[in-house]
Amino acid sequence: MTAAPLLARYAEGMFWMARYVERVENLARLIDVTQSFESPGREAEAWYALVRINADEENFARRCGAVSPQAVTRFYLDDTTNPTSVPAAMEAARTNARTLRPLISTEMWKQVNQFHREVMETAPDDLEGDALSRLCARLKEGIQAHTGITEGTLFRDQGWHFYALGRLVERADQTTRLLDIKYHLLVPRGREERRLAELTQWGGLLRAAAGYHAFRRVAAATFDAADVVGFLLADRSFPRSVLLSLHEIEHHLTTLRIRYGLHGTADALERAWETRAAIEGRSAERIIADGLHEFLDRVQRDLIVLAGSIGTAFFRDWRPFAEADSP
Amino acid sequence: MVESGRTNPFAAYDPGRFFCELTAGRPDDRGAAALLRERIAAIGLDGLRARARAAERDLIDLGITFTVYSEASAIDRILPFDCIPRLITASEWTRIEAGVRQRVAALNAFLHDVYHERRILKEGVVPAELVLGNANYRPEMEDFPVRFGTYVHICGTDLVRDEKGEFRVLEDNARTPSGVSYVVENRHLMLRAFPDLMEGLRLRPVDDYGMRLRAAMVEIAPAGVDAPQVVLLSPGIYNSAYFEHVFLAREMGVPLVEGADLVVDNERVFMRTTAGLWPVHTIYRRIGDDFLDPAVFRPESLIGVPGLIDAWRRGNVALANAVGTGVADDKAVYAYMPRIIRFYLGEDAILPNVETHICRETEGLAYTLAHLADLVVKPVGESGGYGITIGPRASAGELAKARAALLANPANWISQPVVSLSVGPTLTEEGLRPRHLDLRPFTVTGRESWVLPGGLSRVALKEGSLIVNSSQGGGSKDTWVLEEPAP
Repeated sequence: MTAAPLLARYAEGMFWMARYVERVENLARLIDVTQSFESPGREAEAWYALVRINADEENFARRCGAVSPQAVTRFYLDDTTNPTSVPAAMEAARTNARTLRPLISTEMWKQVNQFHREVMETAPDDLEGDALSRLCARLKEGIQAHTGITEGTLFRDQGWHFYALGRLVERADQTTRLLDIKYHLLVPRGREERRLAELTQWGGLLRAAAGYHAFRRVAAATFDAADVVGFLLADRSFPRSVLLSLHEIEHHLTTLRIRYGLHGTADALERAWETRAAIEGRSAERIIADGLHEFLDRVQRDLIVLAGSIGTAFFRDWRPFAEADSP
Repeated sequence: MVESGRTNPFAAYDPGRFFCELTAGRPDDRGAAALLRERIAAIGLDGLRARARAAERDLIDLGITFTVYSEASAIDRILPFDCIPRLITASEWTRIEAGVRQRVAALNAFLHDVYHERRILKEGVVPAELVLGNANYRPEMEDFPVRFGTYVHICGTDLVRDEKGEFRVLEDNARTPSGVSYVVENRHLMLRAFPDLMEGLRLRPVDDYGMRLRAAMVEIAPAGVDAPQVVLLSPGIYNSAYFEHVFLAREMGVPLVEGADLVVDNERVFMRTTAGLWPVHTIYRRIGDDFLDPAVFRPESLIGVPGLIDAWRRGNVALANAVGTGVADDKAVYAYMPRIIRFYLGEDAILPNVETHICRETEGLAYTLAHLADLVVKPVGESGGYGITIGPRASAGELAKARAALLANPANWISQPVVSLSVGPTLTEEGLRPRHLDLRPFTVTGRESWVLPGGLSRVALKEGSLIVNSSQGGGSKDTWVLEEPAP
């Protein structure tokens, strides 16, 4: 039985649905950690870091004006008109799911549909005080339910690989942003205060990435910044590390090439290798010494090119008539 | 009066002069209706309401919705579901099935004739200008052969039941009839929420619609293709029937494509896939004729496929339904259906029409104008229950408006007496109340016809209302066709 190849529009929808869903989870993680970075009297600065790592400065200024914790949480959690918000990402995920309904499992669709409704019902009260952390937990759990249902029910044909590619590209990108938040955070001047504050911040970062416990298992008893950077960027076993994401991206591209004969994957594979080489080719200490922020910026740009390469080959700039089979 | 949950819900139920689908005596139901009433009473109103709420929640979560468009907004709604099923006995079904098959055979013969020899027009059985001057007549179809002479592959025949319990045809839907997804989904919903109602009753299954449809689509594919690729062509997620398109694509196991997914090259149709162009052989299209091919019909159509009609005329791809079927299900042609059946099949119509006056004819117009307050006036070539005036329910102003419209363009109208549609007990705020029903059986035709047992029972949820269309406040019920007794 030979199944027809995947409709290009479905491949694109799978890729983007996965990206949007992953984005929701990561935004929830970022917001959760930002809350723990508030220091008395300077709350706004911690929250503005979030706006900066998402490159949302202009967008935020236009919609919200002055920076306050409330303005930033509303901007990301309760503003459907802001295209970078959680509700907007969830809306986009659901629209993609809707176009993909002929392909995805009924259970996937049902959960996306229900969770979308829940996200759209976010009320101002959910952003206040301790409710905010609970909201972030619910968002993470909703996406984790999606991921679990997908893992357990989605048919593993081409669509699955495009879904995985979307998720991994987004996850790698989001991990670089999470790491970058450290660049924007302030630390106290005194030597000992600085050491302690940094410890707290790195710990918070690891917790936000669900990597604190794993990190403790692999890191030395006393650790420094380079250990954390090395872990989030280049650990081979941590599910949210950039390196592991790149490895998996290569795996899915290779499967598409070998099992489904999709030779358009060649360029994207090369991009993934290059980015991986850049991470593997230098130590975390070296990266920090050369400028962590600049390095993360470069990885983010590489990922954009990688996604564009997948899109060009399979979604958008698709060339009609080039390889037409004759019936 | 609002009934409490503890009284027998049928105690205050009174269908009045209408035929009731659950309480009228039908000797051949072998006690099924009485058993069903007993079980409904045992669940009680509170139980029915709680389960109905859960069932509606289910529909929302599953996104089994249609979209209603008003001036500025698009709202996803569920088709309201009434949990009291409608029962059809084995002998009733035998008659309905034979009747709709006969009707579909006549429609196909008629279409073949008007696009070829035009015998029926030459012999004056149907006025030629009614067909050739019809907006849905497609000259592109003239002398074009379709496989097995089948033009109408999927047909929805709207039936109503009068006071005596006789089924009559109200309308043929031979273009892109919708609603079949609800037939299957309603059954699934009933199985989940009311397994105790159907326990032990032998009902005709509805599950194999997708398989039958796909088999027909494979049959009609161009000859000589080994494993024909079937697709369902939808206008996309903003179409009000998108859920149904998804449902049918899934049930058939074929891709749901939009116009932009298809390309025509060298008079062959392909779909755009990750691996390049992939040939397509049969298109079950849920797009109206006008929008199919901007190169032939409406040039501004963005949902169509340029070159599709050429590829079709070349015999490289099959379309279901064929182009130009709208000339057969037009309300003006409907009036002639009993004569059309006799002309081609030499038989009397098994299912009678509702008496119809054609306003393009002097007599019909005069009669309609004289009895406007007693008649239902319908525009021809419209669907969805729009533009209808129900005389006995209309205000003086509405009647005057209808009269003016009739006089301005008589050919655009037909009129019919108000049919006393049958009713079924329906769960309302007040308790079980009679609400009017119709029935749309679906016939799938490739080489031969197959009729899905039952069909869509639509129910007018407003008290006294006769309009069952989903866009105008109608809902639906599960339709149970009893199996023939074992020999």
